[in-house]
Amino acid sequence: MNLTDLESLAARVPDGSRLAMPPDNSLPSVALAKALVRRGARGLRLVGVPTSGFATDLLVGAGCVAEVETSAVSLGEAGFAPRFSAALRAGEIVMKDATCPAIHTMLQASEKGVPFMPLRGIIGSDILAHRPDWKVIDNPFAAGGDPIVLLPALQPDFGIFHAVMADSKGNVWLGRKRECATIAHASRASLVTVERVVEGDFLTDEKLAPGCISATYIDAIAIAERGARPVALLDEYRMDTAYISDYARMAKTAEGFSEWLAIHVFETRAAAVA
Amino acid sequence: MSNCKPEELLAATICRLVLDPSQPTARHVAVGAASPVPAAACYLAQKLGYPIRLSLLARNLGNPFTDGTRELFDLTGQGRIDLFFLGGGQIDGQANLNLVGTGEWPGKGVRFPGSFGSAFMYMMTPRIILFREEHSPRVLVDKVDNISANGTSPPGVFRRGHAQALVTGRCVFRFHPDRARFSLASVHAGETVAGVRAATGFDFDVPGGDDTAVPETPAPSDQELALLRGAVCDEMLETYPDFCARVFNRKQAA
Repeated sequence: MNLTDLESLAARVPDGSRLAMPPDNSLPSVALAKALVRRGARGLRLVGVPTSGFATDLLVGAGCVAEVETSAVSLGEAGFAPRFSAALRAGEIVMKDATCPAIHTMLQASEKGVPFMPLRGIIGSDILAHRPDWKVIDNPFAAGGDPIVLLPALQPDFGIFHAVMADSKGNVWLGRKRECATIAHASRASLVTVERVVEGDFLTDEKLAPGCISATYIDAIAIAERGARPVALLDEYRMDTAYISDYARMAKTAEGFSEWLAIHVFETRAAAVA
Repeated sequence: MSNCKPEELLAATICRLVLDPSQPTARHVAVGAASPVPAAACYLAQKLGYPIRLSLLARNLGNPFTDGTRELFDLTGQGRIDLFFLGGGQIDGQANLNLVGTGEWPGKGVRFPGSFGSAFMYMMTPRIILFREEHSPRVLVDKVDNISANGTSPPGVFRRGHAQALVTGRCVFRFHPDRARFSLASVHAGETVAGVRAATGFDFDVPGGDDTAVPETPAPSDQELALLRGAVCDEMLETYPDFCARVFNRKQAA
């Protein structure tokens, strides 16, 4: 397996790459997002699967992002995503609004290697009106008069997510967060951070195997302890709501955000004692 | 029950809409992320003895889905979710929802988080209850700036259902998809039809055209309140700790 360190993992992502990331109710690699900020990545095209959260706001705020394709961007209970909203207002990013099942469906088309897949609903929404790449056809299997949306396959350059553990073979285990499997299957390659590496082969363990993503899909792995933080990791650690509220408060302004980066990403400055 | 909290009245009100015998039975109800009041309403229905399968998307531990976040949409696509809840930064008189933002696309005024699954769920779920606690002219508008999810569809477009009702902090509206209009079903204690009209940016019908005939929203019964504060709160504590602390004055054990 290809075990590397966090900064080397970030170095594998060229500027302009399209990255698929899970949202804050799944397993985003906030550690890798911070490493991408440190490496000074530019022009990234982020895909939220199916929505976006903390890591996206962070990357947008740090100027790493050219485009966001997602169904929503939010910090959950801490409110709207401040740097995303500011960048959108300033016209610094291209926003491609989608709706959750459309993101899943476009990735599922990639998983199957087919050029498009249909999806019900959406007809009449302004989302469709602003997506020239989405088409409406008449269902060819009906007698006529049944319009349905066709969505193009979406193949990200990299899937980026956090997992609980990797094994000696480079398989990762993340339990039921299967949107990460969709991300891995649909992307050209995946870069994964894990809490720990353990001996053995998860695929030979019938209890672990269903929660695994096989090494087939994974380019490289780095250990990042508490790599999802402030997002929860299954039953291992909870969402750090104080950390997110603190971010939401500081990131209201560009200056506050820079200070937050200095403390929490570049670690060139210590946090003020609360 | 004059001493109930607004959230308790709303939960009991939504519970009655969930159990409305004139509607197709809600066997499987899904509740989205930031929706503690609808979640409380559905738990209340369960605790009252109705066998509803309740799938809470926000649950971290004990989440009902094992196939990732797409499972909800796959279930809904098949017609296996009977009832879902939606809200909106703006909701208009034709029951169109705007979760994208105000001003020009994609929300050049105030950007809201985004559409989530609304453009799909609104059309593919047989029953939708709209819920938005803030009842003001900036939320309830004549026409939404951007349509995340449309309230009605032209004939021939596949659609399983429409909004059943819109519940706000002031009243309950029924929606009539045949004429794409709301009618006022009841006003909450302390509210008046004139007050609701003044706070609503869209025109709506009053049954019989008689303002005085609009009833007050029934208060929760003693049994409902006891269940909300007891068994319902027990169920919600893990997923909605802030809500339980604020409304039921109950803190999670450390």
